[in-house]
Amino acid sequence: MDDKQYELNKGLAQMLKGGVIMDVTTPDQAKIAEEAGACAVMALERIPADIRAAGGVSRMSDPKMIKGIQEAVSIPVMAKCRIGHFAEAQILQAIDIDYIDESEVLSPADDVYHIDKWKFKVPFVCGARDLGEALRRIAEGASMIRTKGEPGTGDIIQAVRHMRKINGQIAQLASLGSDQLYEAAKQLGVPYDLALYVHDHKKLPVVNFAAGGVATPADASLMMQLGAEGVFVGSGIFKSGNPAKRANAIVKAVTNYDDPDVLAKLSEDLGEAMVGINADEIQIIMEERGK
Amino acid sequence: MSKIKVGILALQGAFAEHARAVESLGAVPVLLREASDVEGIDALILPGGESTVQGKLLRQLNMEAPIKKEILAGLPVLATCAGVILLADHIENDRERYLGTLPVSVRRNAYGRQLASFMTAAPVEGFGRFDMTFIRAPQITKVSDQVNVLARVDGHISAVSYKNQVGLTFHPELGSDLRFHGQLLERAGRRKDGQLRKAI
Repeated sequence: MDDKQYELNKGLAQMLKGGVIMDVTTPDQAKIAEEAGACAVMALERIPADIRAAGGVSRMSDPKMIKGIQEAVSIPVMAKCRIGHFAEAQILQAIDIDYIDESEVLSPADDVYHIDKWKFKVPFVCGARDLGEALRRIAEGASMIRTKGEPGTGDIIQAVRHMRKINGQIAQLASLGSDQLYEAAKQLGVPYDLALYVHDHKKLPVVNFAAGGVATPADASLMMQLGAEGVFVGSGIFKSGNPAKRANAIVKAVTNYDDPDVLAKLSEDLGEAMVGINADEIQIIMEERGK
Repeated sequence: MSKIKVGILALQGAFAEHARAVESLGAVPVLLREASDVEGIDALILPGGESTVQGKLLRQLNMEAPIKKEILAGLPVLATCAGVILLADHIENDRERYLGTLPVSVRRNAYGRQLASFMTAAPVEGFGRFDMTFIRAPQITKVSDQVNVLARVDGHISAVSYKNQVGLTFHPELGSDLRFHGQLLERAGRRKDGQLRKAI
């Protein structure tokens, strides 16, 4: 990926802003998501709640299944590969995927290295719990960042924690004198030039979405008010009672995130939300995968 | 004279980039999220993003009719990428039609998926060479006789003007060349002057 391609890849993330990216497992679900106003879909064989329930090793989805979804919708189609599994990423690039999510939701393939994303033309989004993780992923070539949350729980607490932490660390970095930045970059474990960018611009150099545990219009509004530029919804839609209605309500909630009157109407009569699990009651902690 | 107010459709997509662009040129960006926001704007920007999402929200939030009315009354418009799809009176590969005020046909995602996105530079009528960023871009495939073609890239129409509407299939808001934004403000300023004179 050369500089121009990186700009194009960051640019696509900019076009997704203010939108909702929805996990789908079939072409029919993809159509429901598109009809409800998703700005992109994430094609995967099992949504995170089911991955968690099933246990075992979780891998990239069958390319045939992903192609079925690409044919079903006209919006961008994303897919997940395992952390560090560059061969899965090569396969996803070969089927002309619009964005790869190097994701902690799948079983990590490498416990030391992430994918060198500069070797790819296709864009990558990566999860981050703090500013250090976010900037390390960007240094590796990620052109979009999302919070990690605790996938498949329907519990928003981790996404909130990650977003607050990243924003707090950005504010802290921005307040430093230029002579303090070298040490700050060292402490964060990130390249100096990225620390400098954040210091000067008071923001990440790429788009930052919320992910993990978004289940209601109020959750989406909460994350947008905390500074997310859009949201991923995983299990929250197709594990709920009325997916089409809930999906559309979350789309509108992201657009009108700061209008409580609109949000109140959107939150009415959505049927049952996903049951969910409290994030501190679970055994497998996915957010700790890939630092 | 009061500053030019530029309404920017802020339902989904890259509206913040346009807001920064017009702000840097001394105008006031107004983010449009509901029908009542449309009142009192001097110009309109329809940003890039996903046209399916923007189009649906435009309808569901009852913003389609008031915006269309303003465009037909002469409100200066700049539309980029998905914005052109909202303006077009015919979309080749979609059942939908949104504002329909620009007499052109467009094809969505005409170049292909993200791996086909590209940057180039091409001459634009009135401006000369212009850097262009195309992201999952549409193409303008047909234009009516009254539409002025401003630029072509590899034979495909990438910029047009028609009365008060300018449509681009690329993204000037992602670059540093803000001549289209400047031109929009000039057009808005002239119209505002004219309206003031009439009122006096």
